Amino acid sequence: MSVSSVALSSGARRLTLRGIALFYLLAILIGPVIVVCWRTFDQGAGHVWDTLTDSNTIHAFEMTLLVTAIAVPVNTVFGIIVGLAIVRRNFPLKGLLNAFIDLPLALSPVVVGLSLFLLYGRGGWFGDWFEAHGIQILFALPAMVLATIFVSLPFVAREVIPTLREIGDEQEQAARTLGASAWQTFRRITLPSIRWAVIYGVVLTTARCLGEYGAVAIVSGRLEGQTETATLRVEDRYTNFDLAGAYSIAVVLASMAILVLIAMTLLKPKEEAER
Amino acid sequence: MTAFLSVIVVLPIAAVVWESRRDGAASFWDVVTSPGAVDALKLSLGAAAVVALMNAVLGTITAWVLVRDRFRGQHLVNSIIDLPFALPTIVAGLTLIALYGPRSPVGIDVFGTRVAIGLALLFVTLPFVVRTVQPVLLELDREMEEAARSLGAGELTVFRRIVLPNILPGILSGVALAFARAVGEIGAVVLIAGNLQVASVFIFTHIESGDRAGASAVAVVLLTISFAVLLVIGGVRRLATRHERV
Repeated sequence: MSVSSVALSSGARRLTLRGIALFYLLAILIGPVIVVCWRTFDQGAGHVWDTLTDSNTIHAFEMTLLVTAIAVPVNTVFGIIVGLAIVRRNFPLKGLLNAFIDLPLALSPVVVGLSLFLLYGRGGWFGDWFEAHGIQILFALPAMVLATIFVSLPFVAREVIPTLREIGDEQEQAARTLGASAWQTFRRITLPSIRWAVIYGVVLTTARCLGEYGAVAIVSGRLEGQTETATLRVEDRYTNFDLAGAYSIAVVLASMAILVLIAMTLLKPKEEAER
Repeated sequence: MTAFLSVIVVLPIAAVVWESRRDGAASFWDVVTSPGAVDALKLSLGAAAVVALMNAVLGTITAWVLVRDRFRGQHLVNSIIDLPFALPTIVAGLTLIALYGPRSPVGIDVFGTRVAIGLALLFVTLPFVVRTVQPVLLELDREMEEAARSLGAGELTVFRRIVLPNILPGILSGVALAFARAVGEIGAVVLIAGNLQVASVFIFTHIESGDRAGASAVAVVLLTISFAVLLVIGGVRRLATRHERV
């Protein structure tokens, strides 16, 4: 009898915990996203269509894609190089490098935006020099790219580092003794064995770049039809009392996020199997 | 590589610190202790602390349910945990307004309150604790728990004495990351917070109004918190590997 009462209470406990976890996810994540999708069509599909085909909205999405298309490759190359340096080499201040790589994960994007604003703005360390040479950094594409690179810096390196540790360097050393050059070794041995980690890191980086708001909001100047990105467009529609318009753009961004999520789910087992 | 990192990260950070110190340490202190700055920092730190603690409890429960429970749709639920990593933060904030704003379909309107800020921060920090605790729970040896139970330990004792010590490093680093993220968050908060100013919004509005010194001073406080959190996480990681757990 005591055995069955223990079994009953452990079943009840399991159901309670499951209930808490699922309610929490429903209230915080799933519920809000579903309501947005439903509210988007409050003012009819026509308004959604008008918002999404508005030239400023299209331009905003183009800006987002352009910035992402520049920042992702840069961070991919940098992430692989940093990963290799941290795992395979020893050099002074390695601990410091390690700390700076993680900084964007723990730092407010607003501070990132402010730092670039101070550096490239009028009276900034580099701002006057660039202005004298007629190069626009702030309130233009270069600063937006710099800000986006900063906030999405760690993702590839963070995925590559544990994989590099796990695979060891025996195969690389074997290739080197057989006369392969450093580049050959990287291309034939290292890169194939870390490729899923790199791809997973690229997916995370892409998501971060597409969704960046705080840093870009400061350095872009938010000029409609010029430096406005998709996330800034959402805010612009909202503050102009066009709630349905804001929801429409948000739903497009959310759909992109769900594609990223599906990619993450499909890639995760491969990335972990690599280790 | 060093040059790239300097241009992208180190120089900009140095510029903020330099700007905050330009008018001397006394002026820095005056700005940080001015009523507006103090209110914003208090609001951000307080909300982040509450949210981090809620994450510790709810995140651990969620990780537990994902590892030890079996139910239909579990894989889907497991994938959805990563949604806040993929969803733009401004969209996250907007979705919360749709459900918990002025036109709430469930009749809960928290727009412009501290509760709204808490909800937004919970949304963006949700995966941190779950994703640091889950792998440790997966690898945890169930035999230890069985042994404790066969020796007469109750469920609470098993959790407190066997499970918790093993997952504690995971909980701590997840909580630390969630705290750092919550203190500096802007995208999810900016729309739903109404007139309430968190630290990042304070910085934002002071840049817009041309007060670089004020913005930089508060930014340096956030920067210090970020570095402190990274140090804590590094320490936890070292401690965890000393006990041969990741």
